[in-house]
Amino acid sequence: MKFRAFLKPLSRSFTEFTDGAFTKDGKHIVTMIPGDGIGPEISQSVKRIFAANNVPIVWEDVDVTPFLRNGVTTIPDDALHSVNRNKVALKGPLATPIGKGHVSMNLTLRRTFDLYANVRPCKSIVGYKTPFENVDTVLIRENTEGEYSGIEHEVVPGVVQSIKLITEEACRRVNHYAFNYARAIGRSSVTVVHKANIQKMSDGLFLSVAEEVAKDYPDIKMEALLLDGVCLQLVKDPTQYKDTVMVMPNLYGDILSDLGAGLIGGLGLTPSGNIGLKASIFESVHGTAPDIAGKDLANPTALLLSSVMMLRHMKLNKHADEIEKAVLKTIADGHARTGDLGGKATNTQFTDAVIANL
Amino acid sequence: MLRLKRAFGSIATKSSLVQSDPLTASGTVYGGKHTVTLIPGDGVGLEMAIAVKTIFRAADVPIEWEQFDLTGYTESKDDTLLRQAMDSIRKNKVALKGLLYTPINRLGHVSWNGMVRKELDVYASTTLIKNLPGKWPVRHNNVDFAIIRENTEGEYSGKEHSPVPGVVESLKVSTQQKTERIAKYAFDFALKNGRKKVTIIHKANIMKLGDGLFLRTCREVGKRYESFGIKTDDMIVDNASMQLVSKPSQFDVIVCGNLYGNILSNVGAALVGGPGLIPGANIGRDFAVFEPGCRHVGKDIMGTNKANPTSMLLSSIHLLRHIGLNDHANRISDALLQVIKEGTVLTPDVGGQHSTTDFTLAVIGKL
Repeated sequence: MKFRAFLKPLSRSFTEFTDGAFTKDGKHIVTMIPGDGIGPEISQSVKRIFAANNVPIVWEDVDVTPFLRNGVTTIPDDALHSVNRNKVALKGPLATPIGKGHVSMNLTLRRTFDLYANVRPCKSIVGYKTPFENVDTVLIRENTEGEYSGIEHEVVPGVVQSIKLITEEACRRVNHYAFNYARAIGRSSVTVVHKANIQKMSDGLFLSVAEEVAKDYPDIKMEALLLDGVCLQLVKDPTQYKDTVMVMPNLYGDILSDLGAGLIGGLGLTPSGNIGLKASIFESVHGTAPDIAGKDLANPTALLLSSVMMLRHMKLNKHADEIEKAVLKTIADGHARTGDLGGKATNTQFTDAVIANL
Repeated sequence: MLRLKRAFGSIATKSSLVQSDPLTASGTVYGGKHTVTLIPGDGVGLEMAIAVKTIFRAADVPIEWEQFDLTGYTESKDDTLLRQAMDSIRKNKVALKGLLYTPINRLGHVSWNGMVRKELDVYASTTLIKNLPGKWPVRHNNVDFAIIRENTEGEYSGKEHSPVPGVVESLKVSTQQKTERIAKYAFDFALKNGRKKVTIIHKANIMKLGDGLFLRTCREVGKRYESFGIKTDDMIVDNASMQLVSKPSQFDVIVCGNLYGNILSNVGAALVGGPGLIPGANIGRDFAVFEPGCRHVGKDIMGTNKANPTSMLLSSIHLLRHIGLNDHANRISDALLQVIKEGTVLTPDVGGQHSTTDFTLAVIGKL
């Protein structure tokens, strides 16, 4: 009972953003992690657009180049303190350093800030045609455990056990977040995606916790679907998922969120938000694109849409709506599309067009 | 050139299967008649099995069925009938099977589908994803790839425990031995079907040991096939699912572990028109169990006479090839493809308005 009592107040604060750091004139301070490769260019684009829209945000740039402290991949103290203080960060793509002992940067950030829920909306972009139309899905992925627990061992040579770890606590907080999110964005149901017919105990726990959590949200319907069925239906007719928020364990979420991105045209167009207890980090999930880095050719859309998610998280809805509208209008107009969308514009030209559309 | 010669969707020429000799592939043959185990399964299984049986009878296929009407919709853990069915497969060596329902309830029985595959050690699940010549709307054309999925370990090991309340561990077991044999199967399959590329699907960036072992072992096996002109390629599973919905034509043969295979086969099926069209087989050293490749029970349309029997029928055609009844296989597959091509009699899943029975009769009409 003690355990439950500890969790309850947390569940309430999940979607509420209240604290964070402010300047003397009341502007939010937000940590900016420009990242590697095309990261600096696209974050510059975000900054310019935010400035043009007079968003009450002051950026605090930090570098997160990791180093090994006692054999553990660690981010620099400056970055750590900045994110902890500001509670919100925007992040460009990061290259994972190659070498023994380094854990992926994303994993490091997730662990450092306990980013337990990954929110991945996928919405068809008007003006960029794919074989799939009217996609509008929202997926929430448990981000801290499951198949990515990192617990693995070789029992005897040639035999490996990888452990999928599922805990009630993690299931509970991510499910609470999903129901709250569904409520916040006005969707009528939450779809729990699982494979509990095979993994009866682990996915079974995820599912039973979801059922329990659902009782706290009588206004939101809960539906449980098998992973295979969702994969099939999502590709067959993605519009079926327009009015629901999907929630699932780590690996399924990883795969399905990229699948969703594939439906609308790739990772260059999808935003992502990582919600945590200590801070929330919004990011573009595409790669660092070293081949076009520094050439002013990158498409900043993913980071822009992530920053829009961030603004909504910070309750700056008016700015979020305006910037989102301008970005989508720019792509729909088609004059200033970047190379990945079949256009010829540079990043700067695209950014100028967005500012003109504000 | 090899590619052009390949018969439609053959799983393929019988030589690609582990047992190449039709005389030993089929365990029980009396007077030219083969005895084959039939497990119709739950959901739409029975309707599809009836379609297959009717068409086989009309085509004078020399097969006697040994049918076991199992169902997974049961509270009891009594598996006597399942045991009998498995003994029958052990005797006959070949089976045609629909899907059995697995309860989600923690107290319910384990997956009987999984049990059949594991106990008979039919380790290689082979699913063919290919555009059929039908006129229904599809998301992509030029889709033609095979998914070779490990059937007996990985995430479906069934080994789970709860060390303290509220904490569960589920073991994914990866072994070099089983990875090696699935990799060999996949590359052999590519070789014998004139395919050019095998893509290894993994998540070795996160599961460095487990999927690392899978990736490394598959790559090693792949090296032995380099001189035969088969390329080896690998892709992380999340990227693979994204590539599959945006550029599916880049895939030729996919080799992967259990769960990833489940995901990719469903994504693939959706690209070409749904699970009703996808054939599959589970092949082991001693036995072969043919079943629809997408593994859906289809309870929602059960008993409505709306199921598309194509998946089961294509699976049974592969079964015929497996036991050396190629003439019958060709005759039935020609008839089936003609019906699909004409498009006047189709089931609702591919935009038609006809019943399973109508479709079955249409195929018989073309024999």
